[in-house]
Order: sequence, then structure tokens, then C-alpha cells
Amino acid sequence: MSNKKTKTVKWGEEPKLGMLDALYLPAIVSGLATAVRHAVSGKPTTRQYPEVEPEIPPNYRGVHRLNRDEQGRVKCVACYMCQTACPANCIEIIAAPAPKEDPHWTDRDKYPATFTIDELRCIYCGMCEEACPVDAIELTSVYDLTGLTRKEMIFDKEKLLSVFDETVKTGKDPVRTNRGTLGPASEEAPSGRQGPPPPGRGKHG
Amino acid sequence: MLKTLINELVEKWPGLWPILAAIAVILAVVPFLGLYMTFIERKLAAYVQDRVGPNRVGPFGLLQAVADGLKIFLKEQIIPDHVYTVLYFLAPTLSLMTAMFALVVMPFGPVPTNYTGGFRFIVAPGIDIGILMMIAISSLSAYGIIVGGWASNNKYSMYGAIRSCAQFISYEIPLGLSIIGVIAVAGSLNIEHIVDAQSKSIWDWNIFWQPLALLIFFTSALAETNRLPFDLPECEQELVGGFHTEYSGIKFVLFFLAEYTHIVTVSFLTALLFFGGWSCPGIPSPSTPEGASLTYMLLGLLVLVLKVSCVVALIMLLRWALPRFRFDQLMGLAWKGLIPLALVNLIGVAIVLSLDLPKHLLFVTAVLPVIAAYYSATQFNESMTKLNSERNVLSKSRAMSYE
Repeated sequence: MSNKKTKTVKWGEEPKLGMLDALYLPAIVSGLATAVRHAVSGKPTTRQYPEVEPEIPPNYRGVHRLNRDEQGRVKCVACYMCQTACPANCIEIIAAPAPKEDPHWTDRDKYPATFTIDELRCIYCGMCEEACPVDAIELTSVYDLTGLTRKEMIFDKEKLLSVFDETVKTGKDPVRTNRGTLGPASEEAPSGRQGPPPPGRGKHG
Repeated sequence: MLKTLINELVEKWPGLWPILAAIAVILAVVPFLGLYMTFIERKLAAYVQDRVGPNRVGPFGLLQAVADGLKIFLKEQIIPDHVYTVLYFLAPTLSLMTAMFALVVMPFGPVPTNYTGGFRFIVAPGIDIGILMMIAISSLSAYGIIVGGWASNNKYSMYGAIRSCAQFISYEIPLGLSIIGVIAVAGSLNIEHIVDAQSKSIWDWNIFWQPLALLIFFTSALAETNRLPFDLPECEQELVGGFHTEYSGIKFVLFFLAEYTHIVTVSFLTALLFFGGWSCPGIPSPSTPEGASLTYMLLGLLVLVLKVSCVVALIMLLRWALPRFRFDQLMGLAWKGLIPLALVNLIGVAIVLSLDLPKHLLFVTAVLPVIAAYYSATQFNESMTKLNSERNVLSKSRAMSYE
């Protein structure tokens, strides 16, 4: 026992100070050489942001959107799963029975009469997307959301649908899941087709 | 009435207009230079750190300095409740005033030693105490910092001011000692004469026979300007902002300008005292008749400015190459390193001058720091071995107590 103790206590010894170390000058010169080498390398890593946009990975959690189905209707079935899952309480849905007299809506029972998300309260955790059983609510790679008032940051159904139209048009945000099948933008999708894995995820995380 | 007064004044004092012109040049150029040095420093820092630096205002960001200046002029004046108001306002002015006042005897272009009249690149030509006055005045700038730190009535500012005081007092000594050799060979305190003594050939530049003095001078001068690695009076990590924590707006700018004026002064002094000032092979000395022509004057000015910009660039690069000293290391470097070295160097100069030996023998003094380094390394290693053996004894006794 005591033998083990003496073995575990070990003092690290400082390296011996050489003459050149005490002279400071070689270290200063090498430091200056490093500084000059970087200064003349001419390869800045700065990204000129407004002109050059960053490459956002497709599984980035940005502004929400409400997906449309093949017939252009809102996919949401007003099941309140996202509203329940939301830890920030930023989703508010008012459900209504689907208009059965309309031939387009015969296969649906319920739909959201209103669907509002307070983008300022949202913490962009993506739990609404995980909770959604019909892949209706998704987070997009839109990262530069700004507004002048708090009111205009509360997105209603029309606004969220228009976010879908815009992001689908640019092609940057494919639908992430489709009835249990992972799309190219989902986090667990095979790598290669998506951007770099987010920090803390993936095989290196 | 006014016209006759001016005429009489000029008649009695023919050097008035040239002096006023030189003062105007300094007053116009130095703030501008200070403004643009911040820009150059930011750019240089950015390049060293693989960034781009300010590039939005104007072409290549060249108007950034102007924008910064304008912004800071329009800033609100915040005067904290707890400051000593009179001293609080006095400190930045004192700081900048002393920094600018030191420039009075500094030639910023070729100045002939046989001064007669007309415009010269110096406010006060032919001052025989030149360099002495410069050092005396620039050491007064410690007052600006100390008064600022005291008036701020804030412990961090006070710490910064105290540090700066100790630093100034310590580094004044090697600074003064290191240039005595230069003065001794030139036989004059007058900066024009010191440069003139170096103007015969490139080998007469003081760097080639006083390399050690240059090293000591440059190190202490860096400490005097509060630049990294000696910026302990204002290190952000420990002291918020040091002595200028409580200052904002234009008062902060005055401190800032004073600091950059110090850098300009130090760079000019380094170029003038050790790198031959405006002398350059091919350009005749301004004291000779053909060297006094306008072309050669302007060429000399260009040479001096080039040398000075090299020194400024070096100072700015050093900031990104070196970590900050610890305070005891800072004091140790001055008292245990630079002052003894400067004294030994001085003895060497005295021996060479009194025995009439060729002054280039003094290049051997470059070996002195190596010897000093060897000595300090052995000392350090010995003390470390002692410490380690003490620790071993301690750890063994601990281990025994575990049993």
C-alpha cells in the first residue's frame, strides 16, 4: 500500500533552462518570424459576410416552416404534438374540423385554423420537428432572421407556409423526413450528401 | 498696428516664422500620424492573425481612421461621480503635452549642423542639450499616467498607475545609460551632431559599434512607451484598462495619442541615434553645400521616414510575437539585466575612447548578453535543482506520513 503511494506521488521537474532560452533573443526572433510569415502569407480566413454567405449545413436549425403536401395544402393535422413538446411555449395552434364539403379536404379530419410561432421566444431546439407525426413542421437553414418590431417576429400560418415556399424554391432545404424515411437533410442521414456534422454530433462527436 | 507689431517681432527674431512653420508641421502631422498608426496597427495585427482588418470604410478601409476619429469626437463626455475633477481633466492634457513637447528638439528631417536661418525640419535647431531634454521631458509623461490613475479614484486605475510609475523609474536608467556611449563618441548632446557623426559611411552608424546599446535602448524604450511586452500599466486582463479605465471620448483619445506619439518619438530616436538618421550612402550630408539643396533634403527626409517606419513596423510586430512580462520579471529584466549590461557597455566605451582604440572594437560588446544569459541560466538551473531536491525531501516525508 505504502509502496503504491510513493509511486503515485511524482514531482514533475522543470526542463533545464538553456543559455539560448535565457538570452530571450532567439525566441523573440522566432516569434517575429512566425508573425511575419502569417502577415505575408496573404491567406486570410475571414469570410466577407454580406457579400459571401456562409455554407449552412442542411440540418441547421433555423427559422421554422410549415410544409405543404402534394396538393399544396398545409400538412399539419393540428394534433398539438409540437405545441406540447415545445419547451419554450412558443407555438400556439387553434384547430378546426377540415371543410368536408370541399373535395380537396375529404381525406382530412382536422387542420390548423391558426398556427403561430413566436420566433423570439423559440430556442431553436428542434423538438417540434421531432414530435411532429406528419413531418409538417420543420426547421430550415435560414439563419439571418431580423425584424424591427416584436410583432413582426410572431409568424402566423401564412408566413410559415411562405417560408416553406421560399426555402423549397432555393433548393437548399429539402424535406428532412418523409413518413419515417430520413431525407438528405436529416441529422442521421448518411453523410456525404449533407454538410459538415454539427459540433458534438456525428462520428467525431 | 498688428502688422507693424509682427514686422517688429520678425525683425527682432528672424527665426520666428521657420519655428512657427515647424511647430505647425508637428501639430498637424502628429495627430494625423497617431490616427493612421491605429489603422496601420489594426491592419498589421489582422494580417499577422490571418484576418483582413478594417476594409469597409473607403478604399482598403483607408477612411476607417477618419471615421474612428470623427466618432470619438462626437462621443458623449462621461465624467464619473467619484473622480477628482481637476486632476481628472488635467491628466490627459499633461500626458499629450509632454509627449508633444519632447518632439521640440527632435529633427524630423535632415538638419544641417551649421544652422543659419530659414525653414528646417526641427522646431528648435541647434539646441545643445537636445537628447537630454528629450529624455527629461518624455519621462515627465509618467505624471500624466500617475495623475490619471490617481484622479480616477479607482483601484484598477491606481494599480495601473503604480505599475507604470515603477516601470518608468526602472527603465529610465538603462535608457539613459545606453545612449551615453553614443553621446560620448559624437561628443555632443545635440541630435543633429550625433547624426552628423554617423554620416561619413554606413559603418559609422552606431548600430555597428554599439549593438548592445541599441538592444538596451530599444528594450527600455519599448517599456517607456507601455507597449507589449511591457504594457503592464494597461493590461486588460488584469486591470480592466489600467489608468485610462475611467476615461472616455476625447479624453481617452488624448491618452491614446500620447501613447502613439511616444511610439513615434522612440522610433525616430532609434533611427536617429543608431541607424544614422537621414544619412544614407549616396546622399551628401546636409551640412555640406551640395547636400543643402532641396532635392537632397527631401531624399534625406525620405530615408529617415523609411528607417522610422521600419522601426514602427518592428514595434507593432513585436506586439504579436511576445507575451506580456510578469511584473517581477519586468523589474528583474531592468535591474538585473539591462542596467548591469549598460554599465559594462559604458565602461567599454570609456576604455576605447580614453585609449584611442578604434571604436569598432566595441562590437565585441554584442557578446556580453550571451555571457549574461549563460550566467542567469546557470543561476536559474541551480536554484531549480535546489528547489527540486527540497520538493523531493518533502514528498518523501509526506509518503512516510501516509504509512
